[in-house]
Amino acid sequence: MASNANLAAVRHLTPVPDPKPPPRLAERGEAQPSIAELERWATLLRLDCVRMLAVAKSGHLDSSLSAADVVTALYYRVLRHDPDNPDWPERDRFVLCKGHAAPIQYAALAQHGYFPLEDLMGLRQIGAQLQGHPDMHRTAGVEVSTGSLGQGLSMCLGIALALRLDGLDATSHVFGVLSDGDCQEGQTWEAATAAVHFGVPNLTAIVDYNHLQTDGTTEEVMDIGDMRAKFESFGWDTVEIDGHDMEEVLEALERSRTVRKPAAIIAQTTKGKGVSTMEGRFGFHGKAAVSPEFAAEAMEELTARLEHQTKALQSTRDDS
Amino acid sequence: MPAEAKTEPTATRAAYGDALADLGEQHDDVVALDADLAVSTQAMKFGKKFPDRFFNVGAAEANMMSMACGLAATGKVPYCSTFAIFAAGRAYDQVRLGIAHNRLRVRIGASHGGVSLGEDGASHQMIEDIALMRAMPRMTVVAPADYNQAYRATAESYEREEPMYLRFGRPATPIVYEDIPETLGDGVDVVREGKDISLIATGHMVWRAMEAAESLEAEDGVEAEVLNVSIIKPLHSETILESLGKTGVGVTAEEHRVVGGLADAVRQVAAEQHPVPIFAVGMGDEFGISGTGEACMEHFGLTARGIADRAREALVLKPIVSRPPLFGPEWT
Repeated sequence: MASNANLAAVRHLTPVPDPKPPPRLAERGEAQPSIAELERWATLLRLDCVRMLAVAKSGHLDSSLSAADVVTALYYRVLRHDPDNPDWPERDRFVLCKGHAAPIQYAALAQHGYFPLEDLMGLRQIGAQLQGHPDMHRTAGVEVSTGSLGQGLSMCLGIALALRLDGLDATSHVFGVLSDGDCQEGQTWEAATAAVHFGVPNLTAIVDYNHLQTDGTTEEVMDIGDMRAKFESFGWDTVEIDGHDMEEVLEALERSRTVRKPAAIIAQTTKGKGVSTMEGRFGFHGKAAVSPEFAAEAMEELTARLEHQTKALQSTRDDS
Repeated sequence: MPAEAKTEPTATRAAYGDALADLGEQHDDVVALDADLAVSTQAMKFGKKFPDRFFNVGAAEANMMSMACGLAATGKVPYCSTFAIFAAGRAYDQVRLGIAHNRLRVRIGASHGGVSLGEDGASHQMIEDIALMRAMPRMTVVAPADYNQAYRATAESYEREEPMYLRFGRPATPIVYEDIPETLGDGVDVVREGKDISLIATGHMVWRAMEAAESLEAEDGVEAEVLNVSIIKPLHSETILESLGKTGVGVTAEEHRVVGGLADAVRQVAAEQHPVPIFAVGMGDEFGISGTGEACMEHFGLTARGIADRAREALVLKPIVSRPPLFGPEWT
């Protein structure tokens, strides 16, 4: 933080605490957040991502935005996790296999109080805790360090097996978020084979299938084909959903918990979702696309949506 | 039940299996993984006793290493075994990020290191794993000299915190340590005392260095000191510098490329703190070859005679550049 020389100039980008903070673990049972609330939080996390990247001047904004709805559904409703006790042995595990989307996980962790919101502004800066890709020893709430595509699903499988040895596989679930790039790596299919062979009941792989990668569309660069059929043929329980339809996302995630075998959710997504100038457009991946002008425009769009969603929620509450 | 020391030639990989099975009895959190080589690596000794804690992943080494990362991050102490070629070669990135970068208590049992695995030839003979693993931040690199030390290395690894790469060999090799040592200590043992030259060896080359020392004494009247370096990284330099300080000249011996291996490790230390001539026995810029294990060792000069010959060459230089020790008991 202190080492970020730009901080004074970007003070206006610093995230402010959400007036509607996420429910604590104990409240989850009664106060299941509604779809509209989750959608609003997804906008909030997207806004944080734009802020972070505007300061960091590097990173993968488009990949973070495509995973925003899935990550929101997980952190705000599905995951059993406790920011006050990050090492709670019975917690669910979240692994961001596509580690380059770290900003979206960092935003969710910060909004939940794993670390101060201001720390988001240190992303990728020397001396700050938020590394370019998640680091388990530097950042609270990160289960394993990731960032090298293809390794994440194997790591998830290892965690699921350890939980089984501890007798926790009925309670603690492992959720891994993969990219389409992850699925181009052969290791993912080694893990997909092994997960079925070892019969882990507590593993869900969510593929954030945004169809864009560094050198072009996945179809141009290396077509992965029918992802759903692939996972199915490996013996996984598989569903395909619209990864930006919160209702579908939530239903698929909660259902996957009850399926007592490895479950894959192919989430069809749009890269850059939520920032209309970025949506589905090639050429942003890993580029310093977040110029001050771009950030201002994106923030304006997202802030307007957040205000709209907040108002809508308030009026629903007033009605009831 | 205390483990039994071997007296007859035995493979170091056998010690890995025996010690691993014993660790399984002592500690519930020990788990083992193998990639369809569990009979060869001897991890099957664990697998038969503890099937619930044994994961054979098939021919998928990358998956194995990343699974070990997940298991260790959730409180287990995984032992991953496969041939050295796959452990250090194929799965390098998985070991690097998932295990070393994450500072996890994973132990890699890399069997069939070097050319002494024999007939399978170059595709399977790993001769650069020590270099790769030495270069990897946070990784401890161990290459025990015989069955008895390999047993201790494996058993003791449970107590350590850092990620570890343990290198074992295929063939039965003579015993260097009469008993199972109580500890690896700092990883550098003087296994034979002498004053004229330091033979600094690791793994399968230690017993050969002992033989070389005997022939040097019998044929040339040279008293060679033999050092066994079982922990190549982090290298404990004190014993090495003390020996070089006394003898003024050294020869390293390893079943591995000279580049990045024990030779470089010792030379790095010596170059900074006590520069004396250090010759190396090891693999040059070349791959392995098919043949019996022993024939391969001979082909590349990785023999007692090879060490003794290098020692004789090195000794020629000694009177020219030898100098009083910079480092020794009186130095501090």
